[in-house]
Amino acid sequence: MSGAKKLGLKQRYAHMTRGLDWETTYQPMDKVFPYDRFEGIKIKDWSAWEDPFRLTMDTYWKFQAEKERKLYAVLDSFAQNNGQTGVSDGRYINVLKLFLTGISPEEYQAHRGFAFAGRHLRGVGPRVAAQMQSLDELRHVQTQIHTISHYNKYFDGLSEFRHMHDRVWYLSVPKSFFDDARTAGPFEFMIAIGFAFEYLLTNLLFVPFMSGAAYNGDMSTVTFGFSAQSDESRHMTLGIEVIKFLLEQHPDNLPIVQKWVDKWFWRGHRVLGLVAMMMDYMLPKKVMSWKEAWEIYFTEAGGSLFTDLARYGLKVPKYADVATAEAEHISHQNWAIFYQYTHAAGFHTWMPDAEHLDWLSAKYPDTFDKYYRPRWELWAKLEKEGKRFYNNALPQLCQCCQIPMGYTEPGDPTTIAFRSSTYKDQKYHFCSDGCKDIFDNEPDKFVQAWLPVHQIFQGNCGGATVPDVLAWYRMNVGADNMDYVGSPDEALWNEWHAEKLRKAV
Amino acid sequence: MTVTAIVPDYADRIETADAPEKFHGNAVIYVHWEEHLSFCSALAFPLPLAMPFGALVSEVITPYYAAHPDAANIVWDKVVWDIDGGKKAPDFSASLEANGLGHKSLVRFWTPGLNGWAGSAS
Repeated sequence: MSGAKKLGLKQRYAHMTRGLDWETTYQPMDKVFPYDRFEGIKIKDWSAWEDPFRLTMDTYWKFQAEKERKLYAVLDSFAQNNGQTGVSDGRYINVLKLFLTGISPEEYQAHRGFAFAGRHLRGVGPRVAAQMQSLDELRHVQTQIHTISHYNKYFDGLSEFRHMHDRVWYLSVPKSFFDDARTAGPFEFMIAIGFAFEYLLTNLLFVPFMSGAAYNGDMSTVTFGFSAQSDESRHMTLGIEVIKFLLEQHPDNLPIVQKWVDKWFWRGHRVLGLVAMMMDYMLPKKVMSWKEAWEIYFTEAGGSLFTDLARYGLKVPKYADVATAEAEHISHQNWAIFYQYTHAAGFHTWMPDAEHLDWLSAKYPDTFDKYYRPRWELWAKLEKEGKRFYNNALPQLCQCCQIPMGYTEPGDPTTIAFRSSTYKDQKYHFCSDGCKDIFDNEPDKFVQAWLPVHQIFQGNCGGATVPDVLAWYRMNVGADNMDYVGSPDEALWNEWHAEKLRKAV
Repeated sequence: MTVTAIVPDYADRIETADAPEKFHGNAVIYVHWEEHLSFCSALAFPLPLAMPFGALVSEVITPYYAAHPDAANIVWDKVVWDIDGGKKAPDFSASLEANGLGHKSLVRFWTPGLNGWAGSAS
């Protein structure tokens, strides 16, 4: 071969980023990058940013296109072989409903947030990394929608996921989490989503959903998970790089970063309560308990991470001990919320059967039989008497995490934890010390919170009655909501399986 | 502490989402029956503060908690009340306001002898 020698990857990357961080002359740099100073973070040397991946744009596209060709081949074959009939049980689809309404729209929020960070950080290394992550997140929301759209042909609760995300009461929990991150400055966003969510807590989100899919015969979602995995490792690297970079740049950054780590750990922990409930109650074939997942992915992995970060003076997030103690309780408390508000949920709920209750007793030997089994026994008894238990009032919500205030006092699972603050003569209520601290640090931000229950009372959600509000949510009453038993989903599932049995005989 | 914002007058630009005047003359009142966690959290109601406390008990608390088997056995004059963090013996004939309730007040009550299903606080 004659002519120009091909450049190596490292050289190509150097060429790609060469001069991207030029000093502007028509306008001062601070006007071109107005967002990367006001948070108080001090950067002395942007070039100290290490990008271990050094991915060039052409390599990026080539690699992603290859992965997505494979993903779409699997999705086609899943559809052609009617893979939806082969999952463990019709109940499993509700996991996908929760994912598509609660997680996929946040991929899009992450896409926008990283695009913002990529535009507004003046260092070239983080700009390239953040912009690539922004593209990843956009691809993820697209591939998730494509993957799950196949199920939408057969099952309820999926078709209005985008509309529901902006309106439905419990979806305000992940929505407000990302709204909070995206209305912060670019550095807080990078710590919130890049470090706390994508590094510290990501395994507690993706491993449960993807191994849950694998255990329950959903090969399409598993393949999506594999396709996203190589991106996730890049995101984790960005997350850890951003925290090390900020802490190495200036000692004044430490207290600011510590406050963000405390805040976003706690907010992330609250959002992950939905995953806890999914693992312990919604997977027909269980992977492991939430408590076990928490021990592996937070207590052990997070413990060694913070040992590593101790050399920068960074401490384990405040209330990590409270969160660990809550791993005994939150899945039960959350499924109980959805069980009693099943009429307003966009997925189906069900009563755990005897085998399931025994599994929970085995996984939670110190607490389940004492505190939670009696609750299910009472509700099972009422169901048997034809008096299925509904909560007909609206719940009190936490001003910070927006979850119904159903969490209990540390050390006392029989008493709800009530916390409150008064700010400018108004009362605000919180589910925990963690949520109260977040409010007390930024009250002017959180007094603006769009709390679904209060919005209903103000008349902003379609009307005053439950049917009015559900219509405003675009919830197809009698199909999208209520118990799995008796639902059109169940009828369809039973029909498929009756057919399989007929053919087998 | 205030929000670290890019604009100096952030606090002047915001709107309090749940200011009392937005509730059409009502106040949001939270009610919680202790040791009965079948009701997952305190319940929220938009109510006029002129409403007698007795009406809160008979028109709101009684019907909304009726689904619990303990509900039928509540003896109202034995109930222990806590309003916004202070133990109180409310005057049933006086208004919510006269009993010290305001926007986003929290009313917790204990029913001695009734501790949830099989005594489990459920």
